[in-house]
Amino acid sequence: MIFKFFKRKSQPDVQIEQTLEKTRRGVFSEISRLFDRGRLDEEFYEELEMLLIQADVGWDVSQKLVADLRQRVETLNIEDSALARDILREEMIALLEFSMRNRQVKILQRGVPFVIMVVGVNGVGKTTSIAKLAAYHQGFGRSVMLAAGDTFRAAAIDQLKIWGDRLGVPVIAGEQGGDPGAVVFDAMQAAHARNVDVLIVDTAGRLHTKHNLMAELGKLRTIMQKTVPDAPQETILVIDATTGQNGLVQANEFSKSVKISDILIAKLDGTAKGGIAFAVAKELGTPISYIGTGEKAVDLAEFRPDVYVDSLFFGEGGLTDD
Amino acid sequence: MFESLTDRLNETFTKLGRKGRLTEQDVDEAMREVRRALLEADVNFKVAKDFVAAVRERAVGQDVLKSLTPAQTVIGIANEELIKVLGEDVEPLRNPDKPPQIIMLVGLQGSGKTTHAGKLALHLRKGGRAPLLVAADVYRPAAVKQLETLGKQVGIPVYEEGTTSSPVVIAEHAVAYAKERGLNPVIIDTAGRLQIDDALMQELVDIRETVHPTEILLVADAMTGQEAVGVAETFHTRVGATGLILTKMDGDARGGAALSIRAVTGVPIKFIGTGEKLDALEPFYPNRLASRILGMGDVLSLIERAQQTMTGEEEDPEKLQQRLMKGQFTLEDFLSQLQKIKQMGPLSQILEMLPGVGQQLRQAKAEISDDAYKHIEAIIYSMTADERRNPEIIGKQRTARIAKGSGRTPQEVKALLKQFEEMQKMMAQMGKFAKKGKMPPGLGKGGFPGLPF
Repeated sequence: MIFKFFKRKSQPDVQIEQTLEKTRRGVFSEISRLFDRGRLDEEFYEELEMLLIQADVGWDVSQKLVADLRQRVETLNIEDSALARDILREEMIALLEFSMRNRQVKILQRGVPFVIMVVGVNGVGKTTSIAKLAAYHQGFGRSVMLAAGDTFRAAAIDQLKIWGDRLGVPVIAGEQGGDPGAVVFDAMQAAHARNVDVLIVDTAGRLHTKHNLMAELGKLRTIMQKTVPDAPQETILVIDATTGQNGLVQANEFSKSVKISDILIAKLDGTAKGGIAFAVAKELGTPISYIGTGEKAVDLAEFRPDVYVDSLFFGEGGLTDD
Repeated sequence: MFESLTDRLNETFTKLGRKGRLTEQDVDEAMREVRRALLEADVNFKVAKDFVAAVRERAVGQDVLKSLTPAQTVIGIANEELIKVLGEDVEPLRNPDKPPQIIMLVGLQGSGKTTHAGKLALHLRKGGRAPLLVAADVYRPAAVKQLETLGKQVGIPVYEEGTTSSPVVIAEHAVAYAKERGLNPVIIDTAGRLQIDDALMQELVDIRETVHPTEILLVADAMTGQEAVGVAETFHTRVGATGLILTKMDGDARGGAALSIRAVTGVPIKFIGTGEKLDALEPFYPNRLASRILGMGDVLSLIERAQQTMTGEEEDPEKLQQRLMKGQFTLEDFLSQLQKIKQMGPLSQILEMLPGVGQQLRQAKAEISDDAYKHIEAIIYSMTADERRNPEIIGKQRTARIAKGSGRTPQEVKALLKQFEEMQKMMAQMGKFAKKGKMPPGLGKGGFPGLPF
């Protein structure tokens, strides 16, 4: 599978393939092996459920996937395990595709900055993801600006500035410990004045249980809307691929404070399978739009359900390239 | 989002209870629920399986079948077994044969190493030590700067060589620097890395071989899923962890990852990180995490959370808890707690921390609103100080006056007093059981009688 528009064969890509190679040797090649064994008995279903849970797909979704597969195998009298494998694959893709329907088509208007607000709990990789999103939009020839809205974490501003320098992108920043609202306001004004196509706003990591910090996100939105009435046109929640079932709670709680339009699953370069994507897609219907796979700015791809399921679950193809 | 095990087991046994007699199959059904609760708490699949087998064996042996409160018995066993796996005691940091004590922090990206290096330094300095922080993360942009900033915030020296030296060299120089100046302990912050990244894992081994740390602490995110075991195992086999710091425990993750890591590697959990501020580091208490994994509510954490929102010279949470559990809980305490709770976030979230509230909460979800606070507040405000401390003096006349003053009905005033009385009793009961290390029997019935919701 190839993302043609995103095809950039470079040194990092080789690394991605190598790490994904390791990933494939894990749980998911085991799923393929399970089907290769050919028996569709009790033990098979139990093991399948186990493998899904090991991928953080979660109890409910694993049960549903296995039960649905079983029902179809039994009613259609399927004995060929390759056919059963296709059914499971289709079910998994369908689950993700369902939420993709909720993805809004966003249009860039000339003269109006397209504002992307990036939110998430601490340490999920927001700042690195922002650098990747900047490079992604630059790839389409758009001018990008970054706003250092994380004024809390020590040196978060410096981290964003280093990325800004590397990418040749201006960064609007204030002081550490300052008011993120002021930074956002300045950035909105600057983006407007300088005719920037895309403004990406970094925010401090916050646990979704911190009521006051969640309310602050709503405030940032209001501030953005003073300059651009429908800003932020995209609000991305970044979820760490290694996150377990709490990812679902995160997505739910963040959605309550700010309208999450898209989800980005970061750190898919490890052995984590990002199975939480299925739980989020099923329970909340929030579309997963991007995946991040490494530490370089180019390690970002648009999410595609079939590629995701094939590369992570059936050990076929790479996530970001062929 | 996830029902607690207590609720589920109650449902299961209530359903089964109608049959009259419980069979071994019924126990299996209950075990299925235990397993599910563990998996929803992100406990590793295999660890959950072994754990359930252990609980089942004890449950069958202990006549759960004949018990009047089978759900409680099962939860009690599960709780005890969890504590057994998590370790019974608080594990302190190791002492070196000769100073300085060298502590190295390792882990995945974003687990919170740098922040916890700062927290640990502050924690140890409070214990009278003179720590040195070492910036050995030369990869992540601005990581050195981050540690420097943290060091400055708390006035702890940071050793750094920018990003051009190798981390091994930096660590070696830092230890020499510390010896020269009599700084002890030395806390080394390393770069986040994937456990499958051979080159970077080797770098940790090289640092270890060069400076021979006293402690290698694996920093792990409490929200980690099934991957936790793989990550911890690899770090442990390659580098050799001596302890674990579980971070982001101030969120609502159940923290099953900790159980898995402990069960698989045997590495003790030494600290938990409970907030973004640099003083948010606590020693690890196995019993609290056990309650949390089982979703039983956690009164102590609730009180501590309340404490966080309090200002100035407030009571120490342990003391307050002791007082609460002796039943020495006044309407004034209740009111001040309510006010703090209001600052802590939405009511429904807070209530879930109270034992047994979960089930009732779902039944009554529609009726819960923050208006309930206002009514209670109004009623308590209309009482005299004496009445608040000794509500038993409130008779008919006083009730009528309070009702008038608060704009509520006398029935509502009476209901509040009645509920308060029950709450006091329950607190006292919990105190007794906490002393014996058992679960109070009232918890299973799925109601916290003291709250008017």
